[in-house]
Amino acid sequence: MSDRVPNKGIAKCPTGITGLDQITEGGLPKGRPTLLCGTAGAGKSVLAMEFLVRGATEFKEPGVFMAFEETDRDLRENVASLGFDLPGLCARKRLFLDNVRIERNEIEESGDYDLEGLFVRLENAIDEVGAKRVVLDTIESLFSGFANGNILRAEIRRLFRWLKAKGVTAVITAETGDGKLTRHGIEEYVADCVIMLDHRVEDQTSIRRLRVMKYRGSQHGTNEYPFLIGTTGVSVLPLSSLKLEHKAPTQRISSGIPRLDEALGGKGFYRGSSVLVSGVAGTGKSSLAAHFVQAACMRGERALYMASEQSALEVIRNMGSIGIRLEPWIKRGLLRIYASRPGTFGLEKHLVTTHDITAAFNPKVVVIDPITNFASTGTHSEVKSMVTRLIDLFKARQITGMYTSLTSADGTPELSNVGISSQMDSWLMLRNLESNGEHNRGLHVLKSRGMAHSNQIREFKLTGQGLQLLDVFVGTTGLLTGSARIAQQAKEITEHAEHNRQLQQRGFEQKRRHRELELQVARLRSDFELDERDSPDRVNETGLQEKQIARGRLVRAHGRKADVPARRNGRTPREHRAASQTAGR
Amino acid sequence: MMRKTGKVQRKRGCNEWNLRLYIAGQTPRSLAAITNLQKICEQYLPGKYRLEVVDLLKKPQLARGDQILAVPTLVRRLPEPLKRMIGDLSNTEQVLVGLDLRAT
Repeated sequence: MSDRVPNKGIAKCPTGITGLDQITEGGLPKGRPTLLCGTAGAGKSVLAMEFLVRGATEFKEPGVFMAFEETDRDLRENVASLGFDLPGLCARKRLFLDNVRIERNEIEESGDYDLEGLFVRLENAIDEVGAKRVVLDTIESLFSGFANGNILRAEIRRLFRWLKAKGVTAVITAETGDGKLTRHGIEEYVADCVIMLDHRVEDQTSIRRLRVMKYRGSQHGTNEYPFLIGTTGVSVLPLSSLKLEHKAPTQRISSGIPRLDEALGGKGFYRGSSVLVSGVAGTGKSSLAAHFVQAACMRGERALYMASEQSALEVIRNMGSIGIRLEPWIKRGLLRIYASRPGTFGLEKHLVTTHDITAAFNPKVVVIDPITNFASTGTHSEVKSMVTRLIDLFKARQITGMYTSLTSADGTPELSNVGISSQMDSWLMLRNLESNGEHNRGLHVLKSRGMAHSNQIREFKLTGQGLQLLDVFVGTTGLLTGSARIAQQAKEITEHAEHNRQLQQRGFEQKRRHRELELQVARLRSDFELDERDSPDRVNETGLQEKQIARGRLVRAHGRKADVPARRNGRTPREHRAASQTAGR
Repeated sequence: MMRKTGKVQRKRGCNEWNLRLYIAGQTPRSLAAITNLQKICEQYLPGKYRLEVVDLLKKPQLARGDQILAVPTLVRRLPEPLKRMIGDLSNTEQVLVGLDLRAT
C-alpha cells in the first residue's frame, strides 16, 4: 500500500491492493464510480471483492457487494481460497452481500417499467452496514434479463448518478467483448476511472495484466502491469515501482570468498546490490552462490536460496562435496532452500510465490539459481520484465541478490543474459579456460558499480574446502591455468633459484674485483711513495755525474795539455751546465 | 390509498391465485399497474385471486426475497410455477399470456 497522497486533485480511496495504489497514486477516485472491465475469468470479481474486504478490514469502510452472476454461496466459496472471511465480515456488518438473480425466461414484460427495485435494494444494503464502498458485479448481466435496452441504459445512467450522489466509491465490473471495452457500452456512463484486466495465454503461459486506461483528474501509470491472484489476494506488480528510489547503502558484505572480496575493492559487494554470476554449465556458479549464502548465515543473516534446477536435498549434498555444509543453517532457521521450476505455474505465479516467501521469511540475501530458467517460460520481453520486477522486489527490501545465469557454450556469453545484465550492480563471469587439452575454471569481475575492482582473470579450483582463488600466473600467451600454471610455477621456482645463484655469483665477483682494486691502489701508493722518495737523489746524481764528466774532461784536457776552454756559446761552463740540465729535464 | 402495503384483498375467500405486485412509491406508473391488474383480475379471475401490493419504499427488505429489480413487478406466486411480469401491465394481451390466462 502506498502512503503517497497527491497534494492536489481529487480525493482517493485506497484499495489496499498491493501495487494498485501505487499505479493509481493513491487509489480509486473517492465517492465516484470506477469501471473495472475485462474478459471472462480475468479476475474482476476477485479484485472487486478484495477492494471491499480491504476497505472493511483496513480502512474501516464497510462495503456492499451486489452480485448479478454468482450466488452468495458461490461468492463465499470463491474468495475463501484467498483467505477472505466473508461470513465473518457479514456477521459483523462490515460487508453486505446481495445476490441479484435474473432469469430471463421467468420475466415477461408488459409496458413501461424502471429499475427502482434495484435502487431500493442497493440503498437498503448501503444503509444496513453504513457502506462507503459498493461493488456491482457484473451489472451488464441486466442486459440479458431485460429486453428493453433503452430503459436499461437510462436506468444504469441514473444508477451511476445516484451512486455519485450517495458519495460511495463504487466499482462496476463489466465484460469486455465485441471489440469494445464493455459489451453494452456502459463505459459511456462511468467516465471517471476505467481499469482494464486481461488474461491471456502466450507460449502456454497464462499471464494476467492490469491497465489503468483512464483516470480523470489524476495521474496514473499507463502501462500494462502483470498481476497475480495469490493466496493473499491480488498483487499488481508495477515495474520498477515506477520510480527508481532504492536506497544506496554503503555497507559492504562479503562474497564468502576472501580473495574474491579482495578483487571487489577489498570489501565485497554492496548490501542491497544485485550480483550476476554468469557462466556456462559446470563453471561453479552454484558453488559461488553457496559460499555467498554460507557467508550470510555466518553473519547471522537469513538467506533464501531459490533453486530451480536442483531439489533442496541435492543442493545440500552437492555443496557438501565442496565443504559447504548447509543443513546446520537450515536447522537454525537462517537458511531456506526453495526449489521449484518457474515454468510449472507461469512466470507471474513464480514471482508471486517469491514475493510471498520473501515477505514471510524476510531474508537479507537471496540467491536465484539460475535466473535463466525463466527464459524458457516466456518471451524475451516478458522474462526481462519479470526478472526486473524480481530484482526490484529484492532491492526495495534491501536484499542483496545473487543471480546465477547459465550461458550457452557456443554463444557469446555476454549477450545471452536475458537482457538483465544492465540492471546488475556486479557481474562475475565464470568461464572455462581451455588450453593444453585441459579445462580450467576462471573467474573475473566484469563489472562492479561503485568500487575499484580488479580486472584480473583469476583461476579458481573447487576443493574440498570450497572454492579457492589461485595465484595469478600470466605467461606470454595470457593467463596460465592448470598444468601450464603448475609448469610455470615450477619454472618460476627454478628461475628464482638461478637468479639467486647469479646474484650470489655477482656478489663474489664484485668482492674479488674490489679486493683486486684495493691491491692495485696499495701498489700504486707504494710506487708513488717510492717515486717521491727517489726524486731529490736523482737530481743530485745528475749534478754529480755532470761534475764528474766535467772533471773528467778537465782531467783529459789536462792530460792532453789542452787550454782551458773558453766560454762555450758565451757562457761559462758552469752556466752551460745549468742550461743543459734544464734542457735535459 | 385503499391498497395498503401488505394488505390482502380477498375476493370471495378463494386463494387459488396468489399475486403480488411490487411498486416503489405512488408513481403514476405504479398506480397504472395497480389499476390495470385489478381490471384484468376482476375480468378473468373473479373470486379466484388474492392480490397483495408491496411498496418497496416502505418495505425495502422485501425486494431481496422475490428478487425484484424492476418496478412494477407482478409476481404470480400461485399457481406454480412462479412467474414474473414487469411493466405497467398496460398491454392486457401480454398480461394474459404471461399469467397463462389465455388458455383458460
